[in-house]
Amino acid sequence: MNRLPPKKNPLKRTQVPVSPPGMRSRAATAMTVAAAEGRFALQHCGECGAVQYPPRELCRGCLSDALEWRDTDPSGAVIAETTTRVTPDTYFRGLMPVRIATVLLDAGPSLIARLHGAVGRGDRVRVAARIDAAGQAILLALPEQEGTEVRDDPTVRELSTDPRLRRVLIVDGRAPEALALARGLLEAGAAHVFVGLSEIWKPFALRDQFVALGACSFVKLDVTDADSVQDLAAEIGGKVEILIDNARFTRPGGVLGRADTVFARQELENGVLGMIRLAQGFGRAMQARGQDGVNSAVAWVSILPIGALVPQMSHAMASASGAAVLALSHALRGEMRGSGVRVINIYAGPVDDEWHQELPQPKLAPKALAQAVVKALVEGREEATAGEVARDLYARWREDPALAIREALGGTTA
Amino acid sequence: MSTLSDLAQALASGRVQVVDLTHTLSADFPVMVLPPEMGQCAPFRKVEVSAYDHRGPAWRWNEITMNEHTGTHFDAPSHWITGKDVPNGTVDSIPVSAFVGPVVVIDFSAEAAADEDALLGVEHIEAWEERHGPVPAGAWVFLRTDWSRRKGAAYLNLREDGAHSPGPSAEAMRYLVNVRGIRGFGTETIGTDAGQGGHLDPPYPAHAILHGAGRYGLQCMCNLDQLPPTGAIICAAPLKIENGSGSPLRVLALVERDRGRK
Repeated sequence: MNRLPPKKNPLKRTQVPVSPPGMRSRAATAMTVAAAEGRFALQHCGECGAVQYPPRELCRGCLSDALEWRDTDPSGAVIAETTTRVTPDTYFRGLMPVRIATVLLDAGPSLIARLHGAVGRGDRVRVAARIDAAGQAILLALPEQEGTEVRDDPTVRELSTDPRLRRVLIVDGRAPEALALARGLLEAGAAHVFVGLSEIWKPFALRDQFVALGACSFVKLDVTDADSVQDLAAEIGGKVEILIDNARFTRPGGVLGRADTVFARQELENGVLGMIRLAQGFGRAMQARGQDGVNSAVAWVSILPIGALVPQMSHAMASASGAAVLALSHALRGEMRGSGVRVINIYAGPVDDEWHQELPQPKLAPKALAQAVVKALVEGREEATAGEVARDLYARWREDPALAIREALGGTTA
Repeated sequence: MSTLSDLAQALASGRVQVVDLTHTLSADFPVMVLPPEMGQCAPFRKVEVSAYDHRGPAWRWNEITMNEHTGTHFDAPSHWITGKDVPNGTVDSIPVSAFVGPVVVIDFSAEAAADEDALLGVEHIEAWEERHGPVPAGAWVFLRTDWSRRKGAAYLNLREDGAHSPGPSAEAMRYLVNVRGIRGFGTETIGTDAGQGGHLDPPYPAHAILHGAGRYGLQCMCNLDQLPPTGAIICAAPLKIENGSGSPLRVLALVERDRGRK
């Protein structure tokens, strides 16, 4: 089992992040899209039904271009295994030896995958598509049974964003999900949780409940104040391995509801500009520690309203602010590529809080939002939903974005 | 010698001292909190534009944002609905002579220490007047509570039923405005009214009565303990914001040293 590494020797240089090979064909990039959602998908031929790997432009059986990416049974057996001990590749040099397997899937094709330490030739495995430090899909053969040993395997850890042994910053400790999030992260093995508190001149009723969690401390942080972000980054920027940006200001209503832009500006200050300030404060430090051993910096999490993808009339400005944060989040993902820091988007349905009070059920319990965040981190997903409404709207958006957006304006029968 | 040259000499010699009654404008300074569905008072924020670097090599400057009622600030009559039709009720139209004038200080710190909801009553003013004479017409009246020494959450002192801090009663405000004809009323707390002032009659009597009569407010001040009960002069000029309802400002007091500190 992995333990927290000893304190760093200040005379030794921190390992500089280098990217694993990151080029993929356009066809293969579709596998990354699925991997980001935690799905294992392969090309299925619409003409002859063949399942193929690696991805191509045409079916290798019948040359049809009617190829469709479908979730595929990940079960199979390891039929061959190779151990690489020496490599000229800068990224893999630090990981030697690396075990590579050929897995014959029950679904038909055989494929090349990284190997979990507990499985080898002849073993039954399940293949998972994971996002690597280059931001691309990589296949990983895992034991059929899940458990902590699976999480602690160095290859699994390299290809996930597990909070275990890592220090996490929850940006807004006053958000409804913050307490459940801190608890969930610590239960998942996080080494420490920093809890941001804005407006320290206001009461904070949950203080004792956070303290009771143990490895949890409060830090002064207000994303609307550049100095506050910079001051905190100067203090703990080198210790934050997972940053969860949950700072939002939400007010219901559409475009015509108010006579001013005061609330709209606050939504932008907290969501959009807040995210930029956080990135300016913490981004570089996290990037620099992206391959810094067992507790390397590993994830930047943006919690977004599902309106970021499918604008919600009940909360038009939150949708607009979320859409802007989403665009920035994609940009940050591109900028973080090669460092080992993954950028994770959690799309949340309407949270069961005071600012969604008038909306009908089902609403998202803050605890369920927290669970979705922890699950995405443990499984190394970059795109995940929280709650039924978000799951439904996300699926509709994936199928046909224009239709989903039209539907959300009302006037479409169920 | 003219009055001003006398003053210049007194300032140079230290016989007249300048006391700063202003808190530093910082992101952490509390602002008035209203029910969250209502529009809020924006706290002070500062963004660096350049600081002797590639964004501007030889100079440093910041962009600042805030509400008209953030930090140590001035309330013009048009801040309140009772004062919306008062002539010259906005900061840009108030005669500048109103910004410099005498101030008297009522020490209410013992009462505020004993009861955080303490209300200044007419009896307190009358007791003060017995010792110092009538509150002069056209003077500022400052309520010293030592509230400015409170830090963090203790300043607004928010609880489930709202803020708790001292302030004036409606009767005291009517007395000061209608009987004594004061120029304005100033406090160390977040507003000119008590924390629970919304439950008085009329609600927020300092705001309602002062501004309805075309008088001014000053709040979030500090160092009132350095002012004498009578005899000081303050300079409190808000920014000249077009049609503005108030403004953060620097409040300075001129205090004659030989009159003794409190």
